[in-house]
Amino acid sequence: MTTSRKIFRHRLSTRIWHWVNAVTIFVMLMSGLMIFNAHPRLYWGHYGANGDAAWLELPRFPGWATIPSSYSLAEGRHWHLAFAWVLGFGLLAYMIISLLNGHFRKDVALSRAEVAPAHLIDDVKKHARLDFHSDTGRYNPLQKITYSLIMFVVLPLAILSGLTLSPGMNAAWPWLIDIFGGRQSARSIHFIMAAAIAAFIVVHLLLVLLAGPINEMRSMITGWFRISERNAS
Amino acid sequence: MSRIFTRRSVVTGFAVGSGALLSGCDALGRNETFRGMLLSAEDGNFTIQRALTDRMALAREFGPEHLSPVFRANGTVLPEGAAYAKHVAEKFANWKVAVDGLVTRPQSFDMATLRSMPQRSQITRHDCVEGWSAIGKWTGVPLKLILDAVGLSTRARYIVFHCADMMKGNHRYYESIDLVDAFHPQTILAWALNDALVPVPNGAPVRLRVERQLGYKHAKYIERIEAVDDLTKVYRGKGGYWEDGSGYEWYAGL
Repeated sequence: MTTSRKIFRHRLSTRIWHWVNAVTIFVMLMSGLMIFNAHPRLYWGHYGANGDAAWLELPRFPGWATIPSSYSLAEGRHWHLAFAWVLGFGLLAYMIISLLNGHFRKDVALSRAEVAPAHLIDDVKKHARLDFHSDTGRYNPLQKITYSLIMFVVLPLAILSGLTLSPGMNAAWPWLIDIFGGRQSARSIHFIMAAAIAAFIVVHLLLVLLAGPINEMRSMITGWFRISERNAS
Repeated sequence: MSRIFTRRSVVTGFAVGSGALLSGCDALGRNETFRGMLLSAEDGNFTIQRALTDRMALAREFGPEHLSPVFRANGTVLPEGAAYAKHVAEKFANWKVAVDGLVTRPQSFDMATLRSMPQRSQITRHDCVEGWSAIGKWTGVPLKLILDAVGLSTRARYIVFHCADMMKGNHRYYESIDLVDAFHPQTILAWALNDALVPVPNGAPVRLRVERQLGYKHAKYIERIEAVDDLTKVYRGKGGYWEDGSGYEWYAGL
């Protein structure tokens, strides 16, 4: 016999950050593509222009993928450099709150058992069978690893590499150039991080659909998540 | 998967959603209130950079091994008109940079005078707003020495650089910087690039280097330098050709 009950899954801070980011990330990605379109070539090192070897050269992204939808580097920059504050300080605020209320420790940190290879392989197999542990309401190990990578690696690197593109910040904080090995390297890493975020969003939306979109959406709006339990009888 | 989320409804939903998002963003971008908020972020970025960072911090200077093999030129590569062509033919022997406005001793500097003044050389990275960078060695007179020579009025707030190149719509190229950047030790009137006279595409005979800002601030083909107290009275009022016509930020430190 299967019964179901609701558990409180997402705190208010998590829900607010999620929905603020749902808007902010799209603005950043799409205005970022507009800026990229101004010079759709990427280089490694300190310098890089048309005469230098690019490691990646792409055609310009189409209007449906950019903000604004017709070419305007100036407008794209206005959007990007305004919403960057929301992204940066949103992440900072979320990190501080999640440290204080124990969210990172209780919900995101991996236990020793979870990172054991056998457990991880088992989790990969469960994902392949589209079994997402929804009977517990807790994040599974792959989920924890992905969220940690996004919060502690991808987003911070995206923000820092973005700051490194500012010639004013280069003068004020020269260590920024050193951690990325040059402004053009920072620009490349900025683009790679954006691509990682875009890939995350695709997988994230797909898994929400597969795991039960109504339950997932409700839990991210109200906090309440329905879990089903199998009772031995 | 739940029944109401058929493949068709999901695909349609995404298409409608992204369409709404797109046209919504374009419409928002035209909305006065929202635009005001977007543009206020520019002032915020400027204020915060000025407040939190060392105003005299130097842009990174590189060794000669980091020089770009080719220093890309952008924007005007040859100012139109007979007057400029004549200067090119004369090797800029009669080129003069007039310095006036809110100064006590307005005067003109010819190239020989500029080259005989104390010089500064710096190998720096030029960052175009488009995203590319080029490293070059620039030699020229610190702008501070020019401003000291003409005696800047205490009412002066900005330094405006008038250029010889006319742009789209017959608008003159010009740029402006505040006094923090004007008196910065790396802000120079450069007449040499990579130990040769500045080539015409890069701004001959003299261009501005303002190393902590993006490329469009580095005015080329300078023929007049003016000290002003208010940028709204200069040309179309936003402090630069690209600022006036295309909405680029006046403060291009990021």
